[in-house]
Amino acid sequence: MKRRIRIGEFLIEKAIATIAFGSLGAIVLIFLFVFREAVPIFTMDARALSGGHESISSSGSTDSAKATGESESYGDPVGESESYGDPEPVGAAESYGEPETIGAPEAYGEPETVGAAESYGDSTTEAPAKDTSLPASASMLGKPPPPSESAAPDEGASILSQILSGNWQPVGDHPKFGILPLLAGSLKVALIAILIAAPVGIFAALFTSTFAPRWAKEAMKPIIEIMAGFPSVVIGFFALTILASLVQTVFGLDYRLNALVGGIAMSMAVIPLIYTISEDALSAVPKHFTEGSLALGAPLWETNLRVVLPAAIPGIFAGVLLGLGRAIGETMIVLMATGNAALLTPSFVEPVRTVSASIGAEMAEVVFGDPHYVMLFVLGSLLFCISFALNAVAEIFIRQRLMAKFGGAS
Amino acid sequence: MNIPKKWVGRGVALVTGGSAIATVALVLVVIGIIVHGGAGHLSKDFILGSPEKGMTEGGIYPAIMGTFFLVLLMSLAGVPIGTITAIFLNEYVGQQSKIGRAIRFAVNTLAGIPAIVFGLFGLGFFINFVGGGADKMFYGGSLHWAQPNILWASLTMSLLTLPVVIVSVEEAIKTVPRELREGSLALGATRLETIWKVVLPQSMTGILTGAILAISRGAGEVAPILFTGAAYFLPNLPDGLTDQFMELGYHIYIMSTQSVDVEATKPIQFATTLVLLILTFTLNFAAIFLRWHLRRRAFR
Repeated sequence: MKRRIRIGEFLIEKAIATIAFGSLGAIVLIFLFVFREAVPIFTMDARALSGGHESISSSGSTDSAKATGESESYGDPVGESESYGDPEPVGAAESYGEPETIGAPEAYGEPETVGAAESYGDSTTEAPAKDTSLPASASMLGKPPPPSESAAPDEGASILSQILSGNWQPVGDHPKFGILPLLAGSLKVALIAILIAAPVGIFAALFTSTFAPRWAKEAMKPIIEIMAGFPSVVIGFFALTILASLVQTVFGLDYRLNALVGGIAMSMAVIPLIYTISEDALSAVPKHFTEGSLALGAPLWETNLRVVLPAAIPGIFAGVLLGLGRAIGETMIVLMATGNAALLTPSFVEPVRTVSASIGAEMAEVVFGDPHYVMLFVLGSLLFCISFALNAVAEIFIRQRLMAKFGGAS
Repeated sequence: MNIPKKWVGRGVALVTGGSAIATVALVLVVIGIIVHGGAGHLSKDFILGSPEKGMTEGGIYPAIMGTFFLVLLMSLAGVPIGTITAIFLNEYVGQQSKIGRAIRFAVNTLAGIPAIVFGLFGLGFFINFVGGGADKMFYGGSLHWAQPNILWASLTMSLLTLPVVIVSVEEAIKTVPRELREGSLALGATRLETIWKVVLPQSMTGILTGAILAISRGAGEVAPILFTGAAYFLPNLPDGLTDQFMELGYHIYIMSTQSVDVEATKPIQFATTLVLLILTFTLNFAAIFLRWHLRRRAFR
């Protein structure tokens, strides 16, 4: 009897251990399955990825006709003749032969086809419209064409140069999957968010953990928890309806939805994170540091700024890194507030499309298994890697801080 | 030094204090604007009515119930797993053991992965792999499980909220005095009996806190369900696990970006946002209260 119970317990304990390892397994599974869907990018030839125009330049028209048919199966149901005749009234045969037409597919990416999310931002419909009106080329917005762009077609472009080109036009007869504009968009928004959130979050944490009276510290906690509890869609909604107009009026911008609005909104999501981790790090600084400094005659502010703050730097830095990860990965805010136009410009006040927003906006409309679908999973894998790396580095910093603390105490 | 130190000190206090005050003000302003914009449209008909006339009128009842079913299924899957993981981490492996550290690192990583990647995972794993496999095995390849539905969305969400549950439950388990465990073991109870009869009952508050925080997070997160189950508009509530559903956050996103007439539906948007905000705040406050209760016990 007793033995039976023991066996039962043994099994239950094994089950507990198994389930606990589940979280480890979940990470592995996420890694496996997000990457699994992205793997075809390595096996897929450049022709399939670029929707046909590589084969146009390299081989005969039979091949290109096949490629066009391919692209039609997953692109929009636009007729072949229609799409080829669109930019200029040249015969189809002629445009096949010419390498110059490689730039032309710009015009095929009509604003309507780029995805439903595009249709709301007044600025977004404007931006792609610009593309169509100008003579088709990569430099339509006055930006220099990226080097890979010009080099790619002639030498039978490798997949890498395809991906690293400056055009993201996943829908249409000649889809282009250059992720540079998306990366630039993500970086812009994250940079603005961090530039706002890091000082505010760190200073606020310094204030509440050192200067402020106890009641202020106690009052701050629930406020920050409320802020952390804002659903990101609510922040996005706030940015879209209120903040965008405000920013446009204050700065006199051309576009209502842009990287700046997205960044400011994003900082609202990042401040609580940076605040909480900085506050933790600051309160973990041993009291005798402060007391020693004060006993030596340093005023309180100097103690806080020159003793407490430097001692907490590793933890604060970890907080900033995690905030950066959050800002790069956050989807709903950028989806709603940045205008969602994949432009590669140095400007911070023009619409951008981020990596996460692309996945969010386009995944619902793609067909399972086609290049666009695979590319979105590639982007997802990229986000996974970035957040994983930032997390790992932040972890190292936090552990170092802990070790330093324990080392100092003993 | 040209500037007197006294002034520098005041400047530092001003800047840091200003940051704190600005943060508080920002939170209050956002809440104020949303309450101001939405309170007028809140009514019984709005809460209990269905969207009408192409979602330009009517209420949000299907979205509220969809959110409810989503977080219910999510909790059923996520809370037990999170609790068991937390128990394992605290009762079976030490703080410094390799296994414990590996699992902790995995949980931290899980907490840091962007929500949209969970959505991709839901699509790649649950819908394509599990759903597709089930369809091939049991339905001869006809589309049944290999499409977005409320089950896959809930499971995706439960994975996303797993770290929240684990952290809360761990916090509670740590407040259970060691003497209680030792007393139980000394009386001849096995480790499992000690956990089941002593540790777990004492940690109930923490488990509840974890569940509430997870629900609050799950109710507010939209990115993972964008393509794993949320629907643009459904007149009926989901009545099976393979149905799609409406959700509050998704409804806000759709209404404010892709509505037929964005300006005319502003009151609906604000009111929906207000409902979501009230929901998450209520849950968060409940969690804050429970945690406060728990900490009081820890210091006693």
